[in-house]
Amino acid sequence: MTASPEPTSEAARPLLTMQGVRLGVRRVSVLLPGIVVFAVAFGAAAAAKGLSLLETVMMSALVYAGVAQLVAMELWRPEWSWGAIAGLAVVTATVNARMVLQGASLQPWFAPYPKALNAAHLFLFTDASWLIGARYHGEGGRDLGVIIGAGVLLWVVWVATTIPGYLLGALVADPRQYGIDLVMPIFFAAMIVPLWRGKRAAVPWVVAGLVALVTAKLIDGYAFIIVGSLAGALTGAFSDDPA
Amino acid sequence: MTLPDPGPWGAAFVILAMMLATYLCRISGVIMMGFIPLTPRVRRGLAALPGSIVVATVLPLIERLGFTAALALIAAIGSMVLRRSELLALAVGMATVSAARALGF
Repeated sequence: MTASPEPTSEAARPLLTMQGVRLGVRRVSVLLPGIVVFAVAFGAAAAAKGLSLLETVMMSALVYAGVAQLVAMELWRPEWSWGAIAGLAVVTATVNARMVLQGASLQPWFAPYPKALNAAHLFLFTDASWLIGARYHGEGGRDLGVIIGAGVLLWVVWVATTIPGYLLGALVADPRQYGIDLVMPIFFAAMIVPLWRGKRAAVPWVVAGLVALVTAKLIDGYAFIIVGSLAGALTGAFSDDPA
Repeated sequence: MTLPDPGPWGAAFVILAMMLATYLCRISGVIMMGFIPLTPRVRRGLAALPGSIVVATVLPLIERLGFTAALALIAAIGSMVLRRSELLALAVGMATVSAARALGF
């Protein structure tokens, strides 16, 4: 391990330092207020649907994916058949399919690290880790501690604040009124600014946005994220060629 | 042979199934890219991916969530341009949407 926080090339020794962990903690701390509100909203929804406190906390701890958890509460039922369980697993996978592309975009960074380490820290991979990781990696950072620090702190806060949400329940009955449904969209939109690399680099984004809009009209659910993002990546892949 | 009904363990199985589905999503992109050689073209595609994910996620959500959402996101982006603070952007966005919804938009 080196103590140097400065950007290194991908071929260099994989970097993992406490400084990185602390930076990840700092970067994620500004996202915490939004995450707390989201976790409280999930806890309240779970209480309203009749989950036990243990089930609610286990879901936050093991699934650890806010949007998928809220969607699951929409579809929650008192009795479960195997078919219904499989159905909800499929819905969860479609809601979280964006993580496939998010992971792919950071793979060049993760590749030099041991497989077991990647398998472990990816359990804590969320939208927030991706937003922080993509920005940090885009700025030339290569310390995996950033992803780990952000993921661990966020997980602890997410699980812990699910509990008051569950206990308060009805007090936060209409989270929509406080704009909960906009927490993640706001973080995503704000990301545009640090990702900005000029108009030319933004051409694939425009393609991604337009394709996503059309897909959202044609297909229910969250497929638009995947279809739009892939369209953008393909545009980027082929756009530097002379026509 | 048929499985016995999940019965009282239904919720526990749901949580495990959701955990498994989510974890597969978390690792599969990283695993897949391990088998794709990083040619210059793939690199350019990967470089365009983060912004594409952001825009492809946000635009249809704005369309679904309506005018107040659009207003909130524009306010948040504006705040981000002026001051590079996610926390401030969130506060500005949430304040905008709460105000707009309270006013009945």
